[in-house]
This record gives sequence, structure tokens and C-alpha cells, in this order.
Amino acid sequence: MSAPNKSYDPVEVEALKPEVVEQARDEAIAAFAAAADLDELKQAKVAHTGDRSPLSLANREIGALPPQAKAAAGKLIGQARGAVNQALAKRQAELEAERDARVLVEEAVDVTLPFGRVPRGARHPLTTLAERIEDTFVAMGYQVASGPEVEAEWLNFDALNLHADHPARSMQDTFFVEAPDGSADSGMVLRTQTSPVQIRAMLAGEPPLYAVSPGRVYRTDELDATHTPVFRQVEAIAVDEGITFGHLKGTIEVLVEKLIGGGLELRWRPSYFPFTEPSAEIDLQCFVCRGASVGNPDRPCRTCSSEGWIELGGCGVVNPRVLVAAGIDPNRYSGFAFGLGLERILMNRHNVADMRDMVEGDVRFTLPFGMEI
Amino acid sequence: MRVPLSWLREYVDLPAGETGRDVAARLVRAGLEVETVEQLGTDIKGPLVVGEVLSIDELSGFKKPIRHCFVNVGSANGTGEPQEIVCGATNFQVGDKVVVILPGGVLPGPFPISARQTYGHTSAGMICSARELGMGDDHNGIIVLPPEYEPGTDAIELLQLVDEVLDIAVTPDRGYCLSMRGVAREAAAAYGLPLADPALLDVPPANSYGYLVKVADPVGCDRFVARTVTGVNPAAQSPIWLQRRLQKSGIRPISLAVDITNYVMLEVGQPLHAYDRERVDGPIQVRRAAEGETLTTLDGVKRKLSAEDLLICDNSGPIGLAGVMGGATTEILDPVTDPETGVVTGTTEIIVEAAHFEPVAIARAAKRHKLPSEASKRFERGVDPEAARAAAQRAVDLLVLIAGGTAEAGVTDIAAPHPVRTISIDAGLPDRVAGAEYGRETVTRRLQEVGCTVVGADVLEVTPPSWRPDLTDPYDLVEEVVRLEGYDNVPARMPTTPPGRGLSEAQRFHRRVGVALAGAGYVEINAYPFVGEAAFDGLGLDADDARRRVVKLVNPLNDAEPALRTTLLPGLLGALRRNVGRGNTDLALFETGTVFLPKAERKVAPRLPVDRRPTEEQLAELNAALPDQPRRVAVALTGERLPSGWWGKGAPSGWADAIEAARTVAAAAGVELTVRQAQYAPWHPGRCAELLVGDEVVGHAGELHPRVIKAMHLPERTSAMELDLDLVFEDGRRVSGPPVSAYPVATQDVALIVDAGVHAADVESALREGAGELLESLRLFDVFTGEQAGAGKKSLAYTLRFRATDRTLTADEASAARESAVAVAAERTGAVLRGA
Ligand SMILES: [Zn+2]
Repeated sequence: MSAPNKSYDPVEVEALKPEVVEQARDEAIAAFAAAADLDELKQAKVAHTGDRSPLSLANREIGALPPQAKAAAGKLIGQARGAVNQALAKRQAELEAERDARVLVEEAVDVTLPFGRVPRGARHPLTTLAERIEDTFVAMGYQVASGPEVEAEWLNFDALNLHADHPARSMQDTFFVEAPDGSADSGMVLRTQTSPVQIRAMLAGEPPLYAVSPGRVYRTDELDATHTPVFRQVEAIAVDEGITFGHLKGTIEVLVEKLIGGGLELRWRPSYFPFTEPSAEIDLQCFVCRGASVGNPDRPCRTCSSEGWIELGGCGVVNPRVLVAAGIDPNRYSGFAFGLGLERILMNRHNVADMRDMVEGDVRFTLPFGMEI
Repeated sequence: MRVPLSWLREYVDLPAGETGRDVAARLVRAGLEVETVEQLGTDIKGPLVVGEVLSIDELSGFKKPIRHCFVNVGSANGTGEPQEIVCGATNFQVGDKVVVILPGGVLPGPFPISARQTYGHTSAGMICSARELGMGDDHNGIIVLPPEYEPGTDAIELLQLVDEVLDIAVTPDRGYCLSMRGVAREAAAAYGLPLADPALLDVPPANSYGYLVKVADPVGCDRFVARTVTGVNPAAQSPIWLQRRLQKSGIRPISLAVDITNYVMLEVGQPLHAYDRERVDGPIQVRRAAEGETLTTLDGVKRKLSAEDLLICDNSGPIGLAGVMGGATTEILDPVTDPETGVVTGTTEIIVEAAHFEPVAIARAAKRHKLPSEASKRFERGVDPEAARAAAQRAVDLLVLIAGGTAEAGVTDIAAPHPVRTISIDAGLPDRVAGAEYGRETVTRRLQEVGCTVVGADVLEVTPPSWRPDLTDPYDLVEEVVRLEGYDNVPARMPTTPPGRGLSEAQRFHRRVGVALAGAGYVEINAYPFVGEAAFDGLGLDADDARRRVVKLVNPLNDAEPALRTTLLPGLLGALRRNVGRGNTDLALFETGTVFLPKAERKVAPRLPVDRRPTEEQLAELNAALPDQPRRVAVALTGERLPSGWWGKGAPSGWADAIEAARTVAAAAGVELTVRQAQYAPWHPGRCAELLVGDEVVGHAGELHPRVIKAMHLPERTSAMELDLDLVFEDGRRVSGPPVSAYPVATQDVALIVDAGVHAADVESALREGAGELLESLRLFDVFTGEQAGAGKKSLAYTLRFRATDRTLTADEASAARESAVAVAAERTGAVLRGA
């Protein structure tokens, strides 16, 4: 390195000659452009912008120039270095983009690989179906009520207008709980219906009462494709001033529309239940064949057994005797009640052919139903 | 009740084109449950004709008797020549009239008939049995017709083979529909047509010279009509029309007298009984049984009678279980033909009983003796007491007409006085109940249609007909009006409900538990709650384990499982085993449901009154008798919890997963669960955790005992958890949002050596306590035993994260907190810093 020399003529310094600077600049730019990858570019960078590069060396000479020459030389070198750095940055960006593109290609995977590292669970469709029905009623302003499965006979039968010798009491094949003396006279049964929950709800307070009660019930049927001794019902009850059979129809129509879909006809068949009067069985038009299978052997329908109708459940206007037993003034209040079998709804709504699938707990049956139905 | 359409038309002039399905649809809308409409005879194609057997040639040399016959079929075969037929039946003779199907005809099957060579002869047709014609499967022999039919007569019409039968499931309130009369009444109302009532007969008045009957129990028997017929021809048989109507109604023809009583029962709904008068000893008495009496009913079973049983007796003692089944000693004799003379002997004098018994007495007797009969079914549901005289008359008429008998002039009719039942009903009640506008005129007209007498204007005084004992209060009448007006015609409306309260906290919690477990990979099952001793033995429960105290059923489906579960595990593990058996080997199952725990002192739940609200004390007594029915959750796991795959190794399920499931449930409840080492069946004694909320044990979890796994045929290392949801749930819980500090965290690791028997939970709680408020979190990241830890020791390595809410912690502060944590752990658990 030369010491500052006031008498020094810039023209005399070889490295600061414009043509030399320009050449160094052009060589640097050419070297960058020629670099095939980031490593070569790094080498070119050291060679052309490093401490020992011609432009760096030339730059050092400026310090030794007389003050009046410094500005011009500085400008000359500065411009050259600016152009070189710009070319370097440009090439750097180009090569990095090339490298990134290459790496991303190399890192590509087969995204169709199956992945089951975290196993999925599922809730039973009867549980989620009950919840769906509950939600429909809750949205209408009902409360959800529940009660014990081993229930007092008084609540399961007597309070529901089924006295001890009532023929309907033998219709329902009841599991009786053993009494302390070993007899059947414990006064307790496995509830045959969720109706005792309605009595409990009525006993709990004054109307208005709007309640829905899903739950397990029991009858002494052997398990087969269409029967199970343990099954689920959902019952709803409304007790208020001025409740009519028409209100019952309206409510069930809403439920069916929410649960199964609109546009299906309902058939109301007079029937007999001790706890309601008038009583009705509700049939839903078969949503698969819409009745086209009836009397038509060429188009049999498995869903409705070619009957055209699917039995939904029973309903009616609460018998005033039931209100009396529950301490409700039948002259002021009236009510309606209805009950649906969940297994049958699940079979129809989800094409389940065999009741046993709902009972046996095979995970292959339950998994597809997921968390909600 | 099976109702042949052809028979129904006898009482209601239904439009000619109405099919069984049309009629069924109308009846269904009126409230009769028509289960099926059976098409009879649609699978038979003629020519099916009457034939007269001209000759029989018994062929020999075959394994079974074979007859080569010539049968006169009139001109039905087109030639008038005798028809050559080979037949395998032998119950007919030359001269008998039989039913012949000719070539070209088709029998049900379908079996097309054609002329063919068989047993060395031509057989051009077939002589038919009742079974082959689909008339009933009780007779294998061929049909021998009464002699009066001409050969060549069309037998399809003669045997009334083509018909439709409506099968109706009659609800308990509509006993009157267990008769053609009752169903016809409904059909007449449904079509708006008049009814030809078969019970409208001329009946002579009661007199004093009928068969002597004494009714000692006028409550149990409020009506007893007896008629006698003499000179009955024992050889007389039921005519075809009568047999066919019985067959189509599902009743097997037996003998003329029995067939007639059955026929009249079907027709008017009044069960009848026929006695052989010569076998009845003296006057008939109706009374309750004495303890120890016996009766052999006509099914041949000797029955021990109860003092509640209502009996028909004569001087010899019981001769019938009233309203249920007659006795063997006085039944009509089967006719016997003397092989020498051909003379038929049998019953020639008959007493016809048409009585009315109290429904409850009959229901109980039928139940007690397990003898549900056609008669008891009707009496239980209520028989029209006013139909007794007509029914007896109808039976007498048929015996006279068909059996050539003579009706005796004596008419016994003992009737207890019946109060007239009148119901007052506000004429507007049907409108108010239905939410429709019928008006008084419609109400009155509809009630009259069902047979009621109606007087009054705003308040109607209604007298129901004798055949409707079910009509007892105004709502019964409302139902009649609304159903006949049509349920479909009631306008649908929505009630105005008050604002809802939504789901309760407990209900939300129960849903959350299911969602949380399913989200953690568990699949929900619903097992039956029935268990037996074997289940408890399989779980290895001690003889005095509380879970062996069960609620028992009197009538279990399976005698080996007579009790209700006290734990969810048997059902859940059963489902697990079933899945494994089906090849589902990696399983995580859960169930929520109630268990049934008997009260310490077993009581009987009282039968409370129904005419008023029970008192709070009564309800409390009732509830106190019920077993406790807490809601539980249980899980069971086997196989891989996290599957292995191309991504690497998975993880087997184990005791820790089972405990973690409990934590998942506790998190759903928002409570803190603590875990304590325990020993409790059916868990592995070294791998069982007691689960606590506060100081209360809420359940257990861990790996099952190897003995249990073996006994229950479960996969090795099966794990399970069960806890009580009611104990875990706390109502009204609210999370307080924690302060979130933005200052930097200071992380410190500690590795502690403790005795192998020291519980990690104790070390952790000591560390937490010692670390104080600055500790943000603590995580056990490594556990190991072995040489490096030292014999009988284990190493526990923790990461402690410290953070203050108001400042950046200095290194000294963090270290001080760490040292304090270690000091407490050392003091409580003997922990030593590794390398120290
Ligand atoms: Zn269908």
C-alpha cells in the first residue's frame, strides 16, 4: 500500500485507469454470469469482490491520491463496484431460486401414502341419534328428562293407567325384579317404556311441562334381526293449558321433517294405549319406495316390506287419569305424549338391516358413524 | 282375528269391486290394526271338479299302497268318459265323492298337472287332499265330500278356495272386534253402510224348565244361558261352508258340535261351551274352587285349582274352568263307527252354555294355568253380555239344522242385574281435545254409529252399547268421535312453548365424555346389562366382594344371567372379546351406562294410589326401594394403541392408556384426578391405579390380572378403566382464565434418583410444592432403571419451566426455585440429584 502523496498524479496509477477499472468490472460480471452454481459464484465473489480482487486493490489506491483526484477516482471505482455487486446479487438470487426449485423437487413425497398414526374413535349411532332428537326438542323449548331403568311398577304401569289386571300389562313382556322374599312382588321392574320418566317429570312440578326423555327400555324378547330385549325409546310429553291432538300432530311433523326429511306423508292410525286417549300409531310413508312397492311384486321394497309405510311409534292425548295420578288438574291442563323406537329409526334412516349389529359392539359397524349422526 | 272377506260381506253390503286391501285401508284408518291381507286360492287353476270314484284297483309290488282308479268327472274332461287316475292315498272307497284336478290345472307350489305314465298306468289328473289345495295342513288324507254333489261340479267354488282374509291384531280395548259382528260394525261405520247384525235373532224368553243352573258367584258370573238340544245325529258332519269358514279363520274343524260353538263364537263373539248332557251329573253350578280341588281339562292336563278359579261344576265336582277351558269328563264324544254294523254312536244330547264371566277372573285364571284360549282371550277383553241369548240360540239353530236335533223348550237365563252405565260428556269436549271443529251434531251422530244412545244438548247423556265395556268415561267417547272423523283430518298446529332451558350441566357433561373418548380414539359400545355368577368369577371377585350383591330378575332371558350388572366390565370385555374373535385386534372401546346396586336394606316398592297424587312421603318410600343406579364409564384396550406403519413404530396399549382415559374423562368434567397405586380386582396387583377426585375414590384403571385375562379368554395385557361419572361430575364449575405471562421462560432440568418403590406422583407433587409459584409447568421426560441408576433405584428426569408474571427471572431466581424443588423432593421421597 502506498502512502498518501500529494504530488501523485492519478493518471500515473495503473490500477485506477478507467479502462483497467472497466475491464475488472466486466471480468467480474462475466465471471458471475458464468458461475453454474452457488459454489462457483462464491469463488467468483471472492475473486472479484474479495480483499485481493482488482477493484478492492484499486480502491485502496484512492487513499494515496491527492485530494483533488480522490473524488473522481472514488466515483469511478464506486460505480464499478456497484455494478459488480448488483450483478452478484442478481446471479445469487437466480442460483438460489434454481437451487430451491431443485431441492423442493427432491423433497417431494407421495402424499397418497395412507396415514393412520392416530386411530379414530366413534360414538354409538343410537347415542348420537338420541342426541339429535334431543336437540330438535331442545330447540323447540323442551327440557331433557331422565329416570331410572329399574323402576317402580307404580310408575311403569299403575300411574300410566295400567292397573294390575289390565290386559295391556301382559302384552308387554316385562322383566320383573326379584323381591326380598324371592317372589316377583318387589314392586319393581326393568322399565318397559320411558313413560315413567314422564310421570316423574309431571310429579316434579306444575305445568307447563315440555320434556323429552330418551333411554334404554327392556322387554323379554329374544335377540334376532328385528328384536332386542334391550332397546331405546325417545318419549316426549307436553302438558299445558289447551294442548290438543292437533298440537301433537304439528310437533311430530316438525320432528319427522328435521329427522328424516320433508315431503313425506304421515298416517295416523287410531290405536290403544292406556296412558293416552285418543291414541294413535304414526306411520311414515316409506321414503325409499314412497308406496310404489305396495301390491307390486316387481318392485319389492326391503325398507317397508312392501307395506308402503314404516311404523314410527305411538302417541296420543294424555289420559286425564294419568294427569290425576301425577297431581295435575285435568280440568285446567291437558297434554300429549309420544314415543319412538330409536332402533327402528336408525334401521330406516341409515339402512341397517340387522338389529344385532347395533347390539354386538363390532367396531366395524360403529366407526363409520363418527361423532354425530 | 282372521276375517274372511266373503264372510264379512254377509253382514255389510260392501261395494262389489272392493278388494281386501281396500277394506283393510278403511279399517286401518278407523283404528283396526290389519296386519296382513292374505290372498287365498290365487295359486290354484282348474279344472278342479267333483269326482265319483267308480273303481279301485289296489296295485301290488310297490313299497307303498298304490291305487289305480277310474273316476267319473261328468263332462269336465270333455269326453264324459271315466278319468284314469293313480293315487297314493287310501282313505276313500268306491262311490265316494272326491276332488279331482284334471290335466291343465295347477296346484299351489306351483304344480302343473298333466297326464303321465306312473306305476305302469296312465294317470290323468290327481285326487286332492286338503293340504294340496292349501285349505289347511291338518289333513293328509284326500278330501271325501258329502254325497250330494254332482260329478263335474266346479270344486274351486264349492270349496270356496278363492277368498281374501284380513288378519287383524285386536287391541285390548276392542274386544268386540274379536268377532265378525264387531269387525262388520266397524266396516259398516267406515263405509257408511247398514249392518246386518247376526245377534239380532228371535229368542224365546227364559222359563223355569230349562236345564237347572245355580250361580253361586254372581260377581264372577253375571250371566248364564243354557239351552238343550236332543236327538243330535252323532254321524252328522260339519258342512263344507262351515268348515271352510273355520279354516280361513284359523280354527281347525273337529266335530260338528265343537265346530258350531266355535263358529258362533267367531260370528257374535260369545264363547260357548257344549256339554254331553248324558255325562253331566245333575244341576250345573258356578262357584269358586275350593283349595285342593283338581280338574282335568279337555287337553288332558290335570290341573290343581286355586281358590280364585271360577268353576263350572256338577254333582261330581268341577267340569270346567269357567271361560277358559272345559273339562274332559263332560266333553262331546268323538263319534265311533261300529265296523260291523256301520252304526255311529256318540253324543246325542247337548247342553249349550253361553255365559258371561268377569274379565279379571278369567284373565287371572288363564295366566295362572298358562291356558290362553280363544274363549279366555275374549272374556278378558270383555264380551257383550247381551249377546249370550242370541249366541245360544244361533248354536241351537245350527244343531237343529245340520245335526237334525230338536231344540228343547226350556230356556235357562240367569242374569245378575246390570246397572245402566251413562256417561255425561260436554258436547264440546271432542273439539277441545282434538283441536278441531266437529260440532254437537257430528258428535252425536258418531256416538250413535258405535251403538250409543245419546240424549241432551250441551251436555250429552250417553249410554254405551252392551258390547263396549271399554267405554267408561268422556275421553273414551272423545276417542270414538275423533277416530271416526279421521285423525288425518285433525289440523296440525304447534304449541307455544315457554323459553327452554337447554341441556343441563350434567347432560352436557355426559355428551362431553362421549365426545372426548371418541376423540381419543375409543369406540362406543352398548352391552346388555345382564350378568351371572360366571361373570364375577371371571373377574376374580372375592366371595364377599360388594359387586356380587346384585339386583336379580325373576324371569331372565337366560337363567345363567339372572342379575343386573354392578360393573360395566363384563359386557365391555365381552364386546372386546367378540371383536378380537372377528379379527379386530387393535381395540379401544368404551361404554357409558348405569349399574344397579341394591340398597343395603332391600324393600318392596309400594303400590300407590292412582286416583290422586301420592304424597311426598309415599314417593320417597317408593324411590328408597329402588336400587342405586349410578352412571359409569368404562374403557377396555388391547393391541396397538398407536399403529405401526411406514412412518415408524407405533405403541402397544397398556395400563397407562387406561389411566389416561380416566384423565380424559376428568378433563371433560373439569376436575383434577389423582392416581394412587392400589390392588383391586380384576386388575393386575402391580398395575392397578385407584382414581380419586379429592379424597373420594371414583374408579380404577390399569392392566387386567393375568388370571382374569386367561379366565375370560382375553388378549394378553388387556387394560381397562371404570369410573363413576356421577362422582366425577361437579355442577356449576367454571374455569377462571389463568394469567398468561409474556416474560421469558427459564427452563431447568433435574434428574433424580429415587428408590424403585417411590411413586412418580409423590415425587412430582413434592417438586411442585418445592418449586413454588414460579413453576409454570413440570414434565417428566425420562424414566429409567438399571446400572446407571443403581440397584433398586430408578431415575426420573424432569423439565421444570419457571416464569414470573411481572418480570424476567434471573438465573439465580430460577436456580433457587429448582433447588427448593429438589430439596422438598429429597425430604419427602429420598430423592437424590443424579451425579450429585
Ligand atoms: Zn318401501
